[in-house]
Amino acid sequence: MSVTQPVLSVRDLRVEFVTRRGVLKAIDGISFDIGKGEVLGVVGESGAGKSVTGSAVIGLIDPPGRIAGGEILLSGMRIDNLPPEEMRKIRGKRIGMIFQDPLTSLNPLYRVSEQLVETIRTHTNLAAGAARKRAIDLLAEVGIPAPDRRIDSYPHEFSGGMRQRVVIALALCAEPELIIADEPTTALDVSVQAQIISLLKRLGREHGTAIMLVTHDMGVIAETADRVAVMYAGRIAEIGPVRDVVKNPLHPYAKGLMGAIPSLENDTDRLVQIPGSMPRLSAIPPGCPFNPRCPFVFDRCRIERPEPVQHSQHRVACHLYDQSPVRSEAVA
Amino acid sequence: MTDMIQATPSAPAEPSSWFGRFLDSDVWASFKRSKLTMAAAFLTVLFLAAAVSAGFLAPQDPFDPAQLDLLNSRLPPLWDAEGQSPFVFGTDEQGRDIFSAILYGLRISLAVGFLGVAFSATLGITLGLLAGYFGGTVDAIIMRVADVQLTFPAILIALLVDGVVKSVLGGQLDAATTLAVLVFSIGLSFWVQYARTVRGSVMVEKNKDYIAAARLIGLPAPVIMFRHVLPNVLGPVLVIATINLALAIITEATLSFLGTGMPETMPSLGTLIRIGNNYLFSGEWWIVAFPGVALALLVLSINLLGDWLRDALNPRLR
Amino acid sequence: MLAFIVRRGLQAIGVLLAVGIIAFAMFRFAGDPVNQIVSLDTPAAEREQVRRSLGLDDPVPVQFVRYLAKAAQGDFGVSYQFRQPVSDLLAERMPATLELAICATLFATIFGVLMGVYSGLSRDSILAKVFQTISLIGISLPTFLIGILLIYLFAVTLGWLPSYGRGDTVKLGWWSTGFLTGSGLKALIMPSITLGLFQMTLIMRIVRAEMLEVLRADYIKFARARGLTTRAINFGHALKNTLVPVITIVGLQLGSVIAFAIITETVFQWPGMGLLFVQAVQNVDIPIMAAYLLLVALIFVMINLAVDILYTVVDPRLRTTIRQPT
Repeated sequence: MSVTQPVLSVRDLRVEFVTRRGVLKAIDGISFDIGKGEVLGVVGESGAGKSVTGSAVIGLIDPPGRIAGGEILLSGMRIDNLPPEEMRKIRGKRIGMIFQDPLTSLNPLYRVSEQLVETIRTHTNLAAGAARKRAIDLLAEVGIPAPDRRIDSYPHEFSGGMRQRVVIALALCAEPELIIADEPTTALDVSVQAQIISLLKRLGREHGTAIMLVTHDMGVIAETADRVAVMYAGRIAEIGPVRDVVKNPLHPYAKGLMGAIPSLENDTDRLVQIPGSMPRLSAIPPGCPFNPRCPFVFDRCRIERPEPVQHSQHRVACHLYDQSPVRSEAVA
Repeated sequence: MTDMIQATPSAPAEPSSWFGRFLDSDVWASFKRSKLTMAAAFLTVLFLAAAVSAGFLAPQDPFDPAQLDLLNSRLPPLWDAEGQSPFVFGTDEQGRDIFSAILYGLRISLAVGFLGVAFSATLGITLGLLAGYFGGTVDAIIMRVADVQLTFPAILIALLVDGVVKSVLGGQLDAATTLAVLVFSIGLSFWVQYARTVRGSVMVEKNKDYIAAARLIGLPAPVIMFRHVLPNVLGPVLVIATINLALAIITEATLSFLGTGMPETMPSLGTLIRIGNNYLFSGEWWIVAFPGVALALLVLSINLLGDWLRDALNPRLR
Repeated sequence: MLAFIVRRGLQAIGVLLAVGIIAFAMFRFAGDPVNQIVSLDTPAAEREQVRRSLGLDDPVPVQFVRYLAKAAQGDFGVSYQFRQPVSDLLAERMPATLELAICATLFATIFGVLMGVYSGLSRDSILAKVFQTISLIGISLPTFLIGILLIYLFAVTLGWLPSYGRGDTVKLGWWSTGFLTGSGLKALIMPSITLGLFQMTLIMRIVRAEMLEVLRADYIKFARARGLTTRAINFGHALKNTLVPVITIVGLQLGSVIAFAIITETVFQWPGMGLLFVQAVQNVDIPIMAAYLLLVALIFVMINLAVDILYTVVDPRLRTTIRQPT
């Protein structure tokens, strides 16, 4: 990619959940980078491992889940094996996170000012007065009118969209290098969604913050992201520049997914649907996890797991694009 | 995440017999899993058997004054140097064998418990059905009374009812009447939960199509509904009844301990503890200890069964 | 907010009125008010005269209003047993019961919340399992057995604590307190534990369940994602959110504690209202029973109102409106 060091670099990450019925691989060897000021969209069906990836990066995988392998590097520093207290200091300071539902993300019993000041003072040396001033500035920055008056309101006194702005302000408290936005618009009205998306884009541009935007909404990705990673059953099926992937998807699953975006230009009468559904984590087929649903499936797909290969500007994990010779054991 | 993790259960052939179905059910599976529950069930059955066969097991009829000998009074348990056969757990101040008194006392405790629960369940289910079916004023009156009653602890209600009934009947009551008064006052203090559960279920069923259909073909709707509502509430009612059985036994014991329950001539476990309490300071600990342990174990076992039943019938509550 | 308090106030009056009807019915029909004045061997003619002078010939509603009016002024009639005004008897016994109830509630709340928070935060630890076992026993053991057990251990065997009574009390006006003497404080220990144990286990169970529930909430996950310290999350954010149900339980239990004191007071021969009530039930002293019922109802209703007001202090969402949009 670029010569400068990426803000976030994930290498062969594996996340497992230990259950009574055995170990489930929620994330099975994914790698990607996010550069300064870049927005990476992570898209896929629910259960594909998008949110788990976000939780893994910020170090909030709870038992019975665990990071089973790979590395997570934040501006070159390895963070996946830090002691809990060190990781806590990174959360909120260098990595901010925004959750899906602004109604439930804020503690209903505390004023917005208390929650902002608490977060600011956890990560900086600011005195109470200075922290409050910074909190007001933050609210102004995320577009809350009359922030010096609104700051002492309780969360329930804000509308859904305004609450999500407060959540974003909370994520921004310590000017993090990376923001993980987990379905930030899903719970909002359509009219508010666009405002929040443009706010995120503007903040990323102005502060040079890297953003990992997790969503199942291809429309949001197409509008916001610079690059997009398409996830399927805990793996990245395809990753590349957003225009390329949307216009010219390579992976059969990505093709199906893009076919599912309604478009006025293409004169299609009905949406293309991918037959079948994503396998349960406990029943991922051998070989390529997409093979039971793939229209182009051939023998190799049922036996050998496809590794990601570079194809023009994309990396795609599909045997259709793999020029390397078939491995001997796979043929037998 | 959880919804994906669950594997599809393989469907074994449906067992045909009623007993086979029971052995196949989740309730039975959860019973077999918990050793504590099995121990509790074993103890409960043991207590029931002991109460039923008290006539054969007990060396003495503690309710028959002719069999009591004052010369045997306040004997310590058998393993004490001064202990005398056949008084395993010693005797009280009237020469009553504690072991026999516990067996007969269990009878009374369990009888009052079961009858009290049966009475309160019948009352509660009936009032709940009426409130749910008729709605409006009937519902309002019944449920307001329930609300008011719920603010007072059952023991206070039971004491009040007990006192008022005695005042109306007047003077000293014989043992059988006392027993009936106990059942009545305990029954009156525990009906609210049944009524609330049944009423809720009736409200749901009332608007379903089959009630309208039953009305159309001229069937009496209340009868039809009763038949449909009852299976729905059977689980919750069973759980309430089990927990209430423990509460009813405690309430009876408490009333008897307070001196408003069973008389000393026909003691329940609570009466025995009341008698024993007077001799605690003179060192005769066995008069209170053995009935106390019996009562505690009985209530604990029933409570454990109730907890398990609640979890097994409604796993989501866990 | 105001409408909410007014509505609750009206409900409270409704409850009091309903209890008033029951108390009146007991007073008038289960007991015979004439018995308060005359002895058993009074001739019928004289009884009839007393009956008329008491206004017992008036229509029942008139008598009911008169009863309520008198009760509101603290006149509950005369005890059959003691031949004294019931209000005097209750006033004399009330400080003992209230002091016991307050101590028991403090004990139950402090230990219940501590144990509940601990077992909620580390629910798989051994200590948490011990607490769970204690709670099961606390719910299963009848109160009077716990009291007897304590008396046997600490009074009979060890001789550390008194087994009955209040110890020395000091008069502060009409209020007699056991808080100001050593023997008074010592005498409070066992009855308070006995009375509070059940409420303690109840509070512990509820705090634990609420804590587990709240720790799963989104705002706790978000608080962790903001990098707040574990202490700030557990005790600042989680604990405060468990407070509303805890206040409900503690409040409602304070009412039950006063009624449950009947048993504890009997075990420890504690000279409070509960002991008076049990003696009244044993001797069918209807005026005391009716007055006690009314008094307990009044205390319940006042506690409920206080709890409702306390909610709004803890939860800001209740301050603006009661019906929430979400």
